[in-house]
Amino acid sequence: MQRPPVPPLMSRSTAALLLGLLALVAASFHSLSIKWGDLFSADALRSSAEFVAGFVPPELASAFLSRVGGALLETLSMSALSTLIAFCAGLLLAIPASGRMGSSLRAATRLLLNVLRSIPELVWASILLIAAGLGPFAGTLALAAHTGGVLGRLFADTLENLPRAPEETLRINGASPLAAFLYAALPLAWPQFVSYALYRWENNIRAAAILGVVGAGGLGQMLKYHLSLFQMQQAATVILAMLVMVALVDAISFWLRHRLME
Amino acid sequence: MTFALRGVGVRRAGAVRPALSEVTLGIEAGEQVALIGPSGAGKTTLLHVLAGAIQPSDGELSAFGELPWQLPHGARHALRSRIFLAPQTPPMPPRQRVVTAVLAGCLPRWGFWKSLASLIRPAAPDAAFDALARFNLQDKLYERVDRLSGGERQRCGMARLLVSDASALLVDEPLSALDPTLSRQTLAVLQQEAATRRAVLVCSLHQVELARSLFPRIIGLRDGQVVFDAAREAVTDQMIDALYHHAAVTPAPETAAGDLSAQPVRGARC
Amino acid sequence: MIGALLLAVLCWPMLVYTEFNPLTLLEAQSLEATWRFLSDFFPPAHSAEFLMMALQATWETVAIATAGLTLALLGAVPLTLMATSIVSVSQLESGRMRLAGRLLRQAVRWLLVLLRSVPELVWALLFVRIVGLGPTAGVLAIALTYCGMLGKVYAEILESSDGHATATLLENGAGRLAALCYGALPEAAAELLSYTTYRWECAIRGSVVMGFVGAGGLGQRMDESLKMLAGGEVASMLLIFVLLVACADGISSALRKRLG
Repeated sequence: MQRPPVPPLMSRSTAALLLGLLALVAASFHSLSIKWGDLFSADALRSSAEFVAGFVPPELASAFLSRVGGALLETLSMSALSTLIAFCAGLLLAIPASGRMGSSLRAATRLLLNVLRSIPELVWASILLIAAGLGPFAGTLALAAHTGGVLGRLFADTLENLPRAPEETLRINGASPLAAFLYAALPLAWPQFVSYALYRWENNIRAAAILGVVGAGGLGQMLKYHLSLFQMQQAATVILAMLVMVALVDAISFWLRHRLME
Repeated sequence: MTFALRGVGVRRAGAVRPALSEVTLGIEAGEQVALIGPSGAGKTTLLHVLAGAIQPSDGELSAFGELPWQLPHGARHALRSRIFLAPQTPPMPPRQRVVTAVLAGCLPRWGFWKSLASLIRPAAPDAAFDALARFNLQDKLYERVDRLSGGERQRCGMARLLVSDASALLVDEPLSALDPTLSRQTLAVLQQEAATRRAVLVCSLHQVELARSLFPRIIGLRDGQVVFDAAREAVTDQMIDALYHHAAVTPAPETAAGDLSAQPVRGARC
Repeated sequence: MIGALLLAVLCWPMLVYTEFNPLTLLEAQSLEATWRFLSDFFPPAHSAEFLMMALQATWETVAIATAGLTLALLGAVPLTLMATSIVSVSQLESGRMRLAGRLLRQAVRWLLVLLRSVPELVWALLFVRIVGLGPTAGVLAIALTYCGMLGKVYAEILESSDGHATATLLENGAGRLAALCYGALPEAAAELLSYTTYRWECAIRGSVVMGFVGAGGLGQRMDESLKMLAGGEVASMLLIFVLLVACADGISSALRKRLG
């Protein structure tokens, strides 16, 4: 009777990859020296239980609720306004970034967009605090900076992938480059742009909620404030407000997308 | 008696007609039965009922002397490991290796950790190799399933049957992707295996001539009902003609359960 | 015309709420502060001592992300198994799950929603209060948030995969977990791994941000330098951060390409 062949070994690169991953995980845990003992000691458990128990009942006094409401509106305004600014800035930057003004300008704008994009909102916020001072204005600018990078990149990619013919035709017929862009390229790309912007807005609402942690206004600032004073019940209300806001936005955008798909 | 059905009916929500109605039959241990009938007659549904995979809405099914639908959840699931159902579409993930796909037939008797270990290093490559060799597929042992042709895949599904230790083998259209020579060879392997195990073999077939020449007992099914259930010698050409008469002109509406495994692979079970 | 008016009416309260006033940027005081801060950017800090510290902080950031994601994975796998309906034997039999199964499944889904709806930064803030400043808070925050995200997406991936192979194994009497491993997993594995890699990349970004509330790593160092208005240090750390994100991006897309 013929015997089965030996199973082929795992390829060397796969084995190396797996080993590398394991080593990374092991090294991570080792170097962080997390004190598991402290975390799960009776003492720690008791103090965390106390901490959690401090949250109930959430503060529901109407004066406080109206302040939370104000912060909520501030958060929403920050997200909406920053998305609007980012939309305009992204549009302006996308034109050179899509190569319509020469390849060297394309490379330079793309670099700028990448830098804008890869620095998170929160880092932007803490840098902009120096120029714009504490408060929602810095937060709005921070969100706009990051989102402008993201949208600019997406817009530029969209513009580059557009069919060339409509724009070329206008150019051949003697229209100026700007006119050709406005009359041929923009109408084609517009719906895509709007849908990207809406998607980013949804993202920005979440981001705006936490930006305040570094002092840039909105719900986050209230949360940080009450937590640092150990006013847990007020903090609980703020967290609940954040959860409700995020859930609402999710539901609305889900509903909108469902409507659009039909 | 391995299987006994009394007045079994299967009704699916939303279907116009029942997929099966008033099916009464018994199958003894070691019997080999061919199930024939036009498309949509309920062959696949009947096999699924025998396998304990779908619950009949009327009547009673007993398997190995037990009533699976009156057993508790766990005992019913344990009973399933004594029955092997090979669906028409080979149920093998395309990205899996053939050896793993075949050894999946051993899962009911393997513990969880053994199953898990076998994903990385096949636990019984010899068994898979021997099973594949009976279908001339031993070279494909460490091939990926998506490299196989349709016919090879189908026979791999049968190889899974060989490594299982079930004592009732239910096979749904094993020949649909095979040429005539391979068809005969494959049926021969299945019948041989069933005979050595003294296991029941129920095989649904579209090849009426093969069924009549190889299976001692033939059940004709149409519109969810048993039209005849007779020994090979008693089945006449007229009975066959009547079974398939007009079937091509008025195809029976197929229900979700009726042709479960004839559906394209994706989303076959909702 | 009406559109512009509407826009103005809508924008006005937003401008008020966000205290939007570009003139603050141009006030002499803030201009001077900004100028001092920015002029410090060049040259970026590059003393050996500082670079060692930054390197260590960078490693801490990566380690927080990796450890957090590993813990998240340990939590997400069992939760996914409870949340997915693909291995429900009762669903196979009658098209419906048993009540107990449905309840458990729904409870787990709500837990996953809760875990991922609280932003990771808020988790980090809370954990900093419980376990004190340092990487432990960051690891725990990432573990909880990403557990929710991974669990949800894993369950979706498994449920959108072809159920035929798994169903057949269940019908033949295989155990649930074994059926999942031999049926759905081979097809879903690449997508699962690729999503996990993508999340690792996100976790690195997240762990920098969490540093700002005291959860260790590059973020915490950057926050300290920012508070001291040390422009040179901030500049180098921003550079390092941009490079780190680019690296993580590159590694994760290379891994995903390999899998796909």
